[in-house]
Amino acid sequence: MKPAPFRYHAPRTEAEALSLLAELAPEEGRVIAGGQSLVPAMALRVARPSHLVDINNVAGFDRLAVEDGWLRVGPLVRHAALGEGAVPGPLGRLLEVVRGQIAHLPIRTRGTVCGSLANADPASEWCLLAATLGARFHVRSLRGERVIEADAFFGGFMTTALAPDEILVELRLPVLSDAAHTGFHEFSRRAGDFAQAAALAVLELREGVIAAPRLGLGAVEDRPRRLLEAEALLAGRAPSEALFREAATTARAGLVPVDEDPYRLDLAETVIRRALSAAAGMPAP
Amino acid sequence: MTARRIALTVNGARHEAETPVRQHLADFLRGTLGLTGTHLGCEHGVCGACTVLLDGRAVRACLILAVQAEGRSVTTVEGLAPDNGPLHPLQAAFCANHGLQCGFCTPGMLTTLAEFLKDSPDPTEEEVRVAISGNLCRCTGYDSIVAATMEAARALREARA
Ligand SMILES: Cc1cc2nc3c(=O)[nH]c(=O)nc-3n(C[C@H](O)[C@H](O)[C@H](O)COP(=O)(O)OP(=O)(O)OC[C@H]3O[C@@H](n4cnc5c(N)ncnc54)[C@H](O)[C@@H]3O)c2cc1C
Ligand code: FES
Ligand code: FES
Repeated sequence: MKPAPFRYHAPRTEAEALSLLAELAPEEGRVIAGGQSLVPAMALRVARPSHLVDINNVAGFDRLAVEDGWLRVGPLVRHAALGEGAVPGPLGRLLEVVRGQIAHLPIRTRGTVCGSLANADPASEWCLLAATLGARFHVRSLRGERVIEADAFFGGFMTTALAPDEILVELRLPVLSDAAHTGFHEFSRRAGDFAQAAALAVLELREGVIAAPRLGLGAVEDRPRRLLEAEALLAGRAPSEALFREAATTARAGLVPVDEDPYRLDLAETVIRRALSAAAGMPAP
Repeated sequence: MTARRIALTVNGARHEAETPVRQHLADFLRGTLGLTGTHLGCEHGVCGACTVLLDGRAVRACLILAVQAEGRSVTTVEGLAPDNGPLHPLQAAFCANHGLQCGFCTPGMLTTLAEFLKDSPDPTEEEVRVAISGNLCRCTGYDSIVAATMEAARALREARA
C-alpha cells in the first residue's frame, strides 16, 4: 500500500457529493474520478488527500449529449467515450484523433475528460482542445453554479479556477460547423506518453482563403492557449507552406516555455506547421 | 472509514472481504484473494502488467482502489481459461509462438489483448502493436507476441465461423 491513509466516501447523488466536498475540502478532501492521475500521485505521495470523495457512483454524471450546438460532457465520461460516436461531423472526427493520443486503452477506459481538465496538466490533449475551441466549464458547489470560460479556466501549471469545494459538472464543447477543417499534431517520444508539444488548428476555407482560424498550443507553456497573433496573421490569406512557417515563427516569438530547452521551441514550430498543414489538407512539412 | 467490507465477482465467483480503503485492486486480488496471476511492475499505470478486465473493459488494477470494485465483475488472467479447462486461444497461441519468456508481462498482455480482439476480431499487425503499446515486455521481444496475437485472432475467427 503506497498512498498515505485517507478516508473514503462514495456518494450516490450530486447533492450528497457537493455537501461532502463542502464539509471535507477544508480538510484536504478531494474528488476522485478516473483516478488515473490522482492514484499515481498518491502512490508517489505527491498528493496526500485526507478524504476522497469518489464520484464514480453518482447518478447522471455519465451524461453525454449534443444540445443547442454544444457537446455536453458530464464528469464520468471516460476518454474512450469521446469520439465519433458522441457527435458526428468534424468535431467527432477530431475527438477520435485526439483521444487516440491519450495514454493507452486501459487508461482511456477509466480516466475522465473532466478529470483531465481539473488536473490541468499543460500537456493534456483535452485541455488543449478545450482552450482552442473555446469550451465552457460548468462548475457547482453548495454555494451555487457558475460558468467559467476557457481563457479563465486554466491558471498555470496544474492550476485551474476551480475552488476546492467545486465539482466540474459539465464541459461544453462547441459543435464545429460542417465547413470546419481540423488538424492536430503531437510529438511524444513513445506511444502513450504525454506530449512534448502539441498543436491544434481549426479553420474554414472560403474562396481559397483561411477564415475563422483557431490555433492552439499545448505542452510548451505552463498552460495550453490560443496563439492569437498567429491566428490574426492567418486570417484572409491563402494556405501555403510559407504562410504556415511565418505563423509558426510569429507564434514562437511570443512563447514563454516551461524550460529553457530551445529544442522545445523548435518542436512548437514543427507541431504548429504540421497541425496547420493537416487542417488545410496539405502534406506534412 | 479506513477499511471497508466489499463484495464483488472475480472470474465468475462471488467474493466478500475486508480491504483497507487505500489498497489498490491488484494488491487485493493478489494479497487478499491469493490470485497472484495479476502482476505488479510499476504501480503507476505505465507497464501494463496489472491489467485486468473490469466489467469486460481492460483497466489498470494498480490505479483502481479495491473499494471501487464493489459490486463489479473482475476477470484476471486466471479467469481466461476457467476451471483448468483448455487454454484460451490467446494463451495457446502465446505457447505455440514463443509469446512469453519469463512471463512477467504476460497476464497484462493477455487481458489487454482479450478485450482488444473482442472489439477488433480481424486486426492488422500495426493495430496489435498499438493495442499493446501500454504493455512493456523486457525479455521476449514484441515480434513473437504480435505473431501469437495474429494467430489467436485467426483461431477465434475460425471458432466463430
Ligand atoms: C501511464 C499514463 C499515461 C497518461 N498519458 C496521458 C496523456 O498522454 N495525456 C493526458 O492528457 N493524460 C494522460 N494521462 C492521465 C489521464 O488522462 C487521466 O485520466 C487524467 O489526467 C485525469 O482524469 P481522471 O478522471 O483519471 O482524474 P483523477 O485522477 O481522478 O483526478 C485528477 C484530479 O482532478 C480532480 N478532479 C477529477 N474530476 C473532477 C471533477 N469533475 N471536478 C473537480 N475536480 C475533479 C481530482 O480531485 C484530482 O485532483 C496518463 C495517465 C497514465 C497513468
Ligand atoms: S503495475 Fe499497473 S501499470 Fe504497472
Ligand atoms: S515475457 Fe518477460 S517481460 Fe515479457
